[in-house]
Amino acid sequence: MEDGVRSAPQVVDCDVLIVGGGFAGCGAAFEARYWGRDLKIVLVEKAAIERSGAVAQGLSAINCYMGMRWGENRPEDFVKYVRNDLMGLSREDLVYDVARHVDSSVHLFEEWGLPIFTDPSGKYIREGRWQVMIHGESYKPIIAEAARAAASQVDEHVLITHLLTSADDPHRVAGAVGFSVRDGTFRVYRARVVIVAAGGASHLFRPRSAGEGWGRTWYPPWSTGSAYALLIRIGAEMTQMENRLVVTRFKDGYGPVGAFFLYLKATATNAAGENYEVARRPGLRERVGAYADATPLPTCLRNDLMFREIQEGRGPILMHTERVIDSPEKETVAWEAFLNMTVGQAVTWAAQGTDPGKDPSELILSEPYVLGSHAVCAGAWASGPADLASGEYQWGYNRMTSITGLFGAGDTIGGSAHKFSSGSFTEGRLAAKGAIRFLTDHPERPPVADAAVESMRSTIFAPLVRFLAARPKITTGSVHPELLFPDQGLHRLEKIMDEYGGGVGSNYTTNDHLLARGLAQLTHLKEDLGAIGAGDLHQLGRAWELEHRVWTAETVLRHTRFRTETRWPGYYYRSDFPKVDDEHWHCFVNSVYDPATREWKLFTRPVRALF
Amino acid sequence: MPTYVSPEKCKGCMQCVNICPSDIMHIDPVEGRAYNIEPSMCWECFACVKACPEGAIDVRGYADFAPLGHRVVPNRTPDRIYWTIRMRDGSTKEFSFPVRRGKWGSIASPANEPAPDAEAVQSQLLSFEPDYLAVEVLPTIASSAPT
Repeated sequence: MEDGVRSAPQVVDCDVLIVGGGFAGCGAAFEARYWGRDLKIVLVEKAAIERSGAVAQGLSAINCYMGMRWGENRPEDFVKYVRNDLMGLSREDLVYDVARHVDSSVHLFEEWGLPIFTDPSGKYIREGRWQVMIHGESYKPIIAEAARAAASQVDEHVLITHLLTSADDPHRVAGAVGFSVRDGTFRVYRARVVIVAAGGASHLFRPRSAGEGWGRTWYPPWSTGSAYALLIRIGAEMTQMENRLVVTRFKDGYGPVGAFFLYLKATATNAAGENYEVARRPGLRERVGAYADATPLPTCLRNDLMFREIQEGRGPILMHTERVIDSPEKETVAWEAFLNMTVGQAVTWAAQGTDPGKDPSELILSEPYVLGSHAVCAGAWASGPADLASGEYQWGYNRMTSITGLFGAGDTIGGSAHKFSSGSFTEGRLAAKGAIRFLTDHPERPPVADAAVESMRSTIFAPLVRFLAARPKITTGSVHPELLFPDQGLHRLEKIMDEYGGGVGSNYTTNDHLLARGLAQLTHLKEDLGAIGAGDLHQLGRAWELEHRVWTAETVLRHTRFRTETRWPGYYYRSDFPKVDDEHWHCFVNSVYDPATREWKLFTRPVRALF
Repeated sequence: MPTYVSPEKCKGCMQCVNICPSDIMHIDPVEGRAYNIEPSMCWECFACVKACPEGAIDVRGYADFAPLGHRVVPNRTPDRIYWTIRMRDGSTKEFSFPVRRGKWGSIASPANEPAPDAEAVQSQLLSFEPDYLAVEVLPTIASSAPT
């Protein structure tokens, strides 16, 4: 396990480095090869790409598809929907760009063999306005096959810990470093351009589940905020990091609700059988004004209605599957929704003896998550496409971040909400094309300083060295006066975020004083990251995942503190500024961390409507 | 729901170790068989269960909310997956869904397509567009204006 400490680094020189092999990374690999026939394209993934990323388990729907060929939706319609759902704040150039291209991605998926539900004429069967239903158990392995066919090299079980910058220019990316979680070798990737397509963040906030069920989060436990931390630490500009997501799900198993609400047309009621979304709408209007009349009601406001219903003692909230499942076909649809993408909910039904044709099921609001691809859009501030964006929305290359040569896609890119699987793959394609255009204009290979690489090697393997040195100071076990172990650090992070940052334990509510306390405690935790001990390579991986989560969490708290309003009731509440404040806050909150001075800068950027 | 491994069936082949997205299926160095080293970081994704050639891996619902006495067992073939579910009362349900049309390994590299010209590189079109959009032209809109 000390190989990486002692042996020579394994160095890979490439043209295009893709960090993360989920949907966005696979899309990037595919597209980069189409435009860059002779380029060396390397995809690096910490697991195996057949089952990595947020779609590892599969999906039961494609949630972003326009259906332009059938005249179902235009990209403008999607922009209006996203504008509404995000309470006015999205990068409409990026949203439109995904929408106008996403159909071609889905048509490729179908050609590659993804079984999409169709009617006898071949038209896709809709679950909702934007969703099409799929037999998606193998959605990820199919997409991975396309990426493998395209990439020069897929390095799996390699965890990227840091990005490298040019020896000449700290604002020019030059590659990345990490280590093999299998053999412990130190990996150095020197690249002309880097596309970060890493994951959003689960386990920033304490989950509802406990003990053995700790991993039963909605977003996967392997989504560790690398999408953000890698970029933040080299000074990339970030946006919407306060825009965390809370989802409505089946209680405990966290099964998806889309097939039930949209396709089976089930309704949810409070314990008394009342349709609370209808009954409480007048009160919502008093709190958020015209946003309460939007159709469909924004995701956060639907959460808000459920949250208040439970707070006021009218729970549990029940999804009445028993009123709509009246045939074997519908029962199959219900079970397949879970078996394709959240098998644990099928297990929950089996274990608790729930027959969805006879019994309602409880719904609940999840703990918060930070990601860029769902009904939410945290991530990096990125350049938009030249024909849609201008001014501070455009600086030459589509999906390039504020760091020269550094592109992003999927959870990495902020402001670009409602991408889901198909849109993330599409954004990977867009980023790859932007990256190829950048390479055409920038033939240089940015220099990497050997000393900087060696310094990173020491940093990466320090938790192993530290553990070996300090190990003899205790008999055995996990209580050590000088070391903090990764799971201990993660529990502390979740407790801080839950109690000060607006998690389930504090009713999603925070204020300036709580955020200041939370940031102070995060500062201590960051200091303690210098005492993380790892007894093996698995623990070393967990140590770096924790590091990425802590940097993401700090950015979330800073953004949340800066925005002195409650923009997304149902995602979180500022008790000191409880209203939606369009007069002052119809804008983005952006931040930049300066690695040289270790100072943070927070500021606003305007929201521009495309039309 | 965390996974567990049958010692009679497991041959220590590493398939589960390689596929687990959470890096929690490892081989016990003494027993030579797989086990879940960190059940609290298991997402119940079933990747290892489906990948195991011996059918040695099963799951038991999370102890914090799932009562005992259930089973959810997949059998994944190249084109379909078969699920057998045993409910708490002992009754069973069976479901089967397609997973892929066509053959595994049939997706070609996009480099097999004719090479794009310089004009295409500068355009807003992605690979396979506009053909695969199935509309005549890529939509666009006038440059954004401040609100």
